[in-house]
Amino acid sequence: MSAAYWRRAMNTGLAAAARPLPLPRAGVAAPVAAAAVDPYADSDAPRWLRFLWRHLAARHVFVLAFVLAFPFVATSFFTFQIAAQSLALGLIALSLTFLGGYGGMVSLAQMTVAGIAGYVVSILGASATEVSLGWPWWAAVPFALAIATACATLIGWLSVRTEGIYTIMITLAIGVAFYYLALQNYSLFNGFQGFQKVYPPTLLGVDWRSPMPFYFLCLALSLAGYLWVKWLVRSPFGIALQGVRDNPRRMAALGFHVTAHRVAAYAVAGLIAAVGGVLFTWYNGLISPNSVGTGWLINVLVIAVLGGMRHPIGAFLGAVVFVLLQTFAIDIIDRERFNLVIGVVFLAIVLFSPDGLLGLWAKLRSRFGPQQALTSPTPRRQA
Amino acid sequence: MRVTKRFVVRSLLSAAAAMAVAGGAWAQGAPIKIGLLATLEGPFAAGGADGMRGAELAVMQRGGTVAGRRIEIIKASSNANPDVAVNAVRKLVEQDKVDIVVGPLSGSEGIAVKNYSKTQPQVTFINGGSGAQATTLVDPSPNFFRFNTEGAQWMVGLGKAAIDKGYKRVMVIAEDYAFPYSQVQGFMAEFCRLGGKVPVKAWVPLGGKDYASTIARIPKDVDALLVVLGGADAVNFLNQYEAAGGDKPMMGGSITVSQDVLNYRGKRRDSLVGTISAGPLADSFDGADWRAFVADYKKNFPVDKGGFPSPSLFALVYYTNMKAALDGLDAVRGDLANNHARYRDSLSKLELKMPTGTVRLDSNRQAIGTTFVTEVVKDSKGELTTRVLRKVDNVEQLLGIPRDQFKIGTRDEPSCP
Repeated sequence: MSAAYWRRAMNTGLAAAARPLPLPRAGVAAPVAAAAVDPYADSDAPRWLRFLWRHLAARHVFVLAFVLAFPFVATSFFTFQIAAQSLALGLIALSLTFLGGYGGMVSLAQMTVAGIAGYVVSILGASATEVSLGWPWWAAVPFALAIATACATLIGWLSVRTEGIYTIMITLAIGVAFYYLALQNYSLFNGFQGFQKVYPPTLLGVDWRSPMPFYFLCLALSLAGYLWVKWLVRSPFGIALQGVRDNPRRMAALGFHVTAHRVAAYAVAGLIAAVGGVLFTWYNGLISPNSVGTGWLINVLVIAVLGGMRHPIGAFLGAVVFVLLQTFAIDIIDRERFNLVIGVVFLAIVLFSPDGLLGLWAKLRSRFGPQQALTSPTPRRQA
Repeated sequence: MRVTKRFVVRSLLSAAAAMAVAGGAWAQGAPIKIGLLATLEGPFAAGGADGMRGAELAVMQRGGTVAGRRIEIIKASSNANPDVAVNAVRKLVEQDKVDIVVGPLSGSEGIAVKNYSKTQPQVTFINGGSGAQATTLVDPSPNFFRFNTEGAQWMVGLGKAAIDKGYKRVMVIAEDYAFPYSQVQGFMAEFCRLGGKVPVKAWVPLGGKDYASTIARIPKDVDALLVVLGGADAVNFLNQYEAAGGDKPMMGGSITVSQDVLNYRGKRRDSLVGTISAGPLADSFDGADWRAFVADYKKNFPVDKGGFPSPSLFALVYYTNMKAALDGLDAVRGDLANNHARYRDSLSKLELKMPTGTVRLDSNRQAIGTTFVTEVVKDSKGELTTRVLRKVDNVEQLLGIPRDQFKIGTRDEPSCP
C-alpha cells in the first residue's frame, strides 16, 4: 500500500461528515453555507475555498485574529522582544518538532543550522565588521538558506544511521564542534566578537527592524513554516516519514528508502531552522559564538519539549513561555536566584505533563470538554 | 451548543492573555528610575554581584534620594554576552521605562548597548564596568557616557614598571576578546616604546578550562608572563601553570589580580606575591577618601553578608558611574526635561570627586582618570593584598598617541616581536 493510497483512503472516509460544523462566518460562508453538509458535494466553490471551509475551525480564526491584532494593542517592547523573538525561536524549535515529533529523530544541532544561516548572512551581507562582504540582502539571504540547508542535509546524512541517544550524541558533538570553530576562527567567523550590526534591510520604504514590521515579517514566515509542516505531514512524504518513525524495518520491507526519507526530513528541518536563524540574528542584530553554544543547543530542545512535540504549534507555545520566563523571572524573585524560577517552571511542566503544554491543554480538554484530544499527529482530523 | 461553549472558553482565555499584555504598560511615577545591569550569571558572576554592591553604595550614600526625588533601582542581569545584555537593557528601557541605565559590565556588551543607545535618545546610558575602547572611540553615541577609564588606560604605567623590574621579553596570555586586546595594548604601547619585546601572544577562549597547550607554548627565553584573564579563568590558569612546574614571574591585567584571585585559597597562593599589575584601584592606596570609601563598603557589605574584604574593581567602577549619574542629577536638581538636555550637559562638565582622584570626561564622553601600578604583597594577617608602586594621574584614552596614528588594539595591534 503506497503512502498516496493510504492518504486517499483516509481522506475519503467518514472524516468530513463526522466533523462538527465550524462557526458560520461572513465572507467565506456565502457560496458554501447552504449545502455545507458535505463540502465535497459542492463543486461550484473554488477549490481553495472548499479547502479553507473544510479545515478552518473557530480556533484558527481566533488565533489568527489575535496575532494580527497583537502589535496594535501591545507595546512595542512586547511586539519586538516578546512576540517577535518568540516567533523566531519558535521557527527554530519547529524544525526540531518536525524532526523529533514526525521523524523520531531528536537533533541537538538545529541551533547550529540556524547559526550557520545567521553567520552566512553576517559574512556575506553587511555588518560592522571588516570580514563582511557587504552583499545586498537578496543575494546574502538565499545563499545563507542554501548553505544552511546543505549543512543540515550533511548533518542528517551523518547521523541518520544512528538511533535514539546516539543521534543526540552525534548532533551534540557537531554542535559543539561548530561552536569552537566559530570561537577560534578569525578569518571567517571573527572569533569571540562575532558580528555586530547585522540588520534586516530597509525595503519598500519600511525599516524591517522596527518592531511592527519585524513582527509581521516573523509572523508571515512562522505561519508559512507552520503551514508547510502541517501540509508536509499529510503528504505522501510525511506519511511515509511517520511510518519510518514508527517502524523503519517494516517500511523498508514495503520498499521505502528509510535513509533517504530521514535525510530529506533533515533537509526540510534545516530550511526551517535556517529561516528562523536568519530572523533570530536580525532580531539580536548580532551573532557571536555564544549564539550557537551548548546553552542554546539545549534551549531549543527545552522550547520544543516545553511546548510539546506532537503538533507544530507546540514549538511556538514553548517559545512564548520560554521568552516570557527569560524576560520576567528576574522581577519575580531575588536577582541572584531567578534562574531557579525558570528551572522550576520547566521541571513542573515536564513532570506534570510529559507532552508539554500541548499535553496540559489536552488534559484540560478531556476534563472540561467532551471533544477529542488535540495532540495526535497521525489520525485524520488534524488538518 | 458545543461550539458555543468552546468559543466562550477560548474568548475568556484570550481576554486574560490580552489583559496580561496591557497590564505591562505602567504609568511613569515621581521617582527617578535607574536601571542597573551587571552580570549575575556566567564567568563574571562574582564580579557582577560586587558591581551591584558598588552601585548600591553610591545610592545609599545619598539616602536613596536625589534632589528630593526618590531613586528607584531596577536590576537586570546578563551573562557577559552582548545579545543577552541588549535584551536585558531593552526590557529596562522599553518595559520598565527607566530614565537612566547604568551598565553593562563587559566589553562586547558595552559596544552592543552603545549601539542600542542610539535608538533610544530619550534615555541616558552610563557605562557600568565595560572597558572596550571602541565603545567611545568608534562611532560614539551622544547619550552614552563612561566615567570609568577603560582597559588600555588601566594598564598605563605597567610597561615602565616591567622595564624597571628588568623584564625585557614578555609573553602575553590573554582572553580572546576586545577587553584584553585593549589591556594588552595599554601595556605594550609603553613597554615597546621603552624597548621591550613581546615575542608571543597567546589568545585563549573566554571561559576555557584547559590551558595546557598555552603553557606548552611559553618560550624558555622570556623574562615574565603578562596574564590577562579574569576571575575563575585566572585561578584555573594559575593552578595548571604551577602544576606544570612553571616558574616565570607574572604580571597581571587589571581584572586578574582583583579580589576574586586574591581570595583564592589554593595551596600555592603564595606564588602570587610579587606580581605587578595596573588598574584603576589599589587596596592599600593611602588617600583619605579611598580609606573612607573602603570603610563605608565594609560597613554596608561585611564579609559574612557576601561582601569582599575590600571593594573589587567592579565595585569601584560601578560606584563611580552610579555616583556620576547621581551627582549629575543633583547638579540639575533632577531636571530631565528636553530629552535630558541639561542633565547631559552637566554630566559632560562634571568634575567627579572619586576616592581615587578626580575624573572628567573628554569630547567622546570618555573618562580621563587615575591609574595605579601595584604589586601583590602579604599583609600581617596573611591576607594577600596590593601595594601601590606608582600613581599615574590624567590618563587619556589615546595613551599619548596622536589621534590620526592611533589604532584600536586587536590580536595583532600593537606588535613588537
